[in-house]
Amino acid sequence: MTDGRILAQALRDPVTIARLEPAGWTALLAIARAEQLIGTLAHRLEGLPMPGAAARILADARASAAQGRTAALWEAEMARRALAPLGMPVILLKGTAYAAAGLAAGTGRSIGDLDILVPRARFDDAEAALLAAGWEWVKPDPYDDRYYRRWMHELPPLIHRERDRMIDVHHTILPLTARITPDADALIADSVALANGLRVLSPEDMLCHAAAHLMADGDLAGGMRNLWDVHCLIEEFGVAGLEKRAAHHGLGSAVARAARHAHDLYGTAIPESWCMWDSRDPLYRRRILARDGWGRPTRKLTRLGFYIRSHAIRMPPAMLARHLFIKWRREA
Amino acid sequence: MRHLTHLRIGPIGFRVGSDWRGPIAALENLYRDYPAPEDGIPDFNVHLFAARPWRRLLRPSVHIGGDFVIPDAAPLPLAQGLLAAEMGMNLQMALGQRRFLLLHASAVERDGQALLMTGMSGAGKSTLAALLMARGWRLMGDEFALLDPATGLIHGFPRLISLKNEAIAVLERALPKARFGPVLKGTPKGTIRHLVPDARAIAAMAEPAVPKLILFPNYGFAAAERAVPPSETFVRLTQASTNYVALAERGFDALTRLVQTIPARALDYPDTATALTQVERLWEAA
Repeated sequence: MTDGRILAQALRDPVTIARLEPAGWTALLAIARAEQLIGTLAHRLEGLPMPGAAARILADARASAAQGRTAALWEAEMARRALAPLGMPVILLKGTAYAAAGLAAGTGRSIGDLDILVPRARFDDAEAALLAAGWEWVKPDPYDDRYYRRWMHELPPLIHRERDRMIDVHHTILPLTARITPDADALIADSVALANGLRVLSPEDMLCHAAAHLMADGDLAGGMRNLWDVHCLIEEFGVAGLEKRAAHHGLGSAVARAARHAHDLYGTAIPESWCMWDSRDPLYRRRILARDGWGRPTRKLTRLGFYIRSHAIRMPPAMLARHLFIKWRREA
Repeated sequence: MRHLTHLRIGPIGFRVGSDWRGPIAALENLYRDYPAPEDGIPDFNVHLFAARPWRRLLRPSVHIGGDFVIPDAAPLPLAQGLLAAEMGMNLQMALGQRRFLLLHASAVERDGQALLMTGMSGAGKSTLAALLMARGWRLMGDEFALLDPATGLIHGFPRLISLKNEAIAVLERALPKARFGPVLKGTPKGTIRHLVPDARAIAAMAEPAVPKLILFPNYGFAAAERAVPPSETFVRLTQASTNYVALAERGFDALTRLVQTIPARALDYPDTATALTQVERLWEAA
C-alpha cells in the first residue's frame, strides 16, 4: 500500500528513483507536495536521470523554494529593522533560521510564517514595536487573545498589512500549560549571532526545538518535514552534548523519539543505544506516514488519536474541558 | 480514488480522481482526442470527493480538492460534476502553476503569432476566441494563456471552452457540427455549456506562439477602439494573473517585456459580428 514511505525512500536514497514507474512518480510528487517537502525532494534529486516531466516539475519546485527563501529572509530583515531600536536579542526559529544560517535543513525547504523568539521580559516592547511597524492582529477575539497571552508561548499571530505575511513572536518553545518547561533563558543565552545582528539557536537547541515541536506539541501533522529537519541537523552537527542539553530542557524523551524516527525514515546516524523502539513508536510511525497515493490524509482513527493527544499534553484535563467548551459554544 | 482519468491540456498534465463515475465519464468523452500527460506523470492532481461516505449516494455533492485547495470552496451537485472537474483543474493552475506566468486571457493563433484577449467575466473573451476559431484561427485557450518567462512565448491551454448564457446559442449557430457538452443549468455562473476545441486546436496544442497583440474587449458599447499604454496593460494583466506575485522577479521581467514589445488596444463592441471585423482590422494593423 502506498504511503509516506515512498517519499522517505526517495529522500533517504535518491538513486532508488530509477526504479519508479509513472504511477510511482505520480504518488511521490503528490505526497511530497502534501508534506511540503517537494522543494527539498527537488534538491535531493537534482542531476539524477529521470523522466522529463518529473524533471520539469522538480525544477519548478526549486524555483518556487528559492523565491520562498528570498521572501522569508526579507521578512526576517523587516522584523530586524522594526525591533533593532529596542536592542533586544531577536532569535530566528525553524525554517527562516535554517535558511538564514545556511544550514542543509534549509535547502529547498518551504517556509511559512516568520517565527522569532524574544526574552519574555521584553515581550510588550516587541509587540508595540511590531504594531507600530505595520503588523496587525489576525484574530481579534477576546477569549483567544486572553488565552494566548495567559497560556501560550507566543503572541496571538500578527500579519503585516502590506506584505500579508504572518509573524509568530515566541518567548519560549512550548505552551506554558504543557508539563514540560524548557529553559527559555538558556535558549537565549546560548544563541548564536548572525552577520546581520539577528540570532539563531545553538545547534543542540535547534534540535531540541524541532523535537519539542514535533513530539511534545501538536498532532504530528507535518511530521515528515520536521523529521527531515532533525535528520539534517544531526547529520550537520552530530549528537555530542545533545542528550545533556535535551535533559536540561526536560526534552530527553522527545529528542530521543525524534532521533529514532529520523533514523527509521531517513537513516540518520545516531548512537546504537538510541535506536531501541518503545511500544508506542509503531503508532507514531503509522501517523507520520499517513498519506495515500493522491497525497490525501489517511488512517483517520490514528490521526484522531494524535489530535486528542495534542490537546491532552498541552493542558491539564479540567482546563482542556473548559477550553473546548468555550470553543464549541462559540462555533455552535 | 475509485474512478480516475489522465489528460494533457497544452503543456500541462492532469490526473483527475472521483468518487463517482459520472464526472470521469464526461471528461473521457469530451477530452477523448487529448493526449495523456507526458511520460505518464501529471503536473497536477484533482480530487472530486464526497465529504461523508453516505453523501456519495444521498444528495450527492461534489467537493473539489487537489494538490492545491482553497478552504471553504462550495461543493457542486453531482449533475454539475463536469464543471467541478474543470474548476478543479483551473484551481490547480491558478494556485500551483510556477513554470509559466498565468495570464487570465483567451488566446488564438495565426501564422505562428498569438492574439491575447483579456477582460472581466462577461467581456466576451471566451466567445470571441471561439468565434475566431470558427473563422479559421487556431484556438490556444479561452481562459488562461501561459507566458514562458524563459522565452517570452505564449503556450496554449486549450481546455474545453466554457460558454455561458447567451454565448451558448451564438456558438451553437456558428459551429453546428462541433461537439458540445451537456447543458448545465443553475451553476454559480448561470447556464454553462462546454464546447470542444476543434481538431486543429488539439493537434497543435503543444506549439507555442509569438505574442503579437493584446486586446481588452468590452461587450455592450458602441464600437470604439483606443490604444492602451504599456503601464496600464501591465497593471491590468497583473490584476488578471493569479501567480504574478508568486513568480516574483521572473514574472515581473516576463510581463514588462511583453507589454513593452507588443501593442494593446481596448475594444468596445455592440455585437460579435462588429467585434470580429474590428479584431481582424486591428490584427492586420498591428
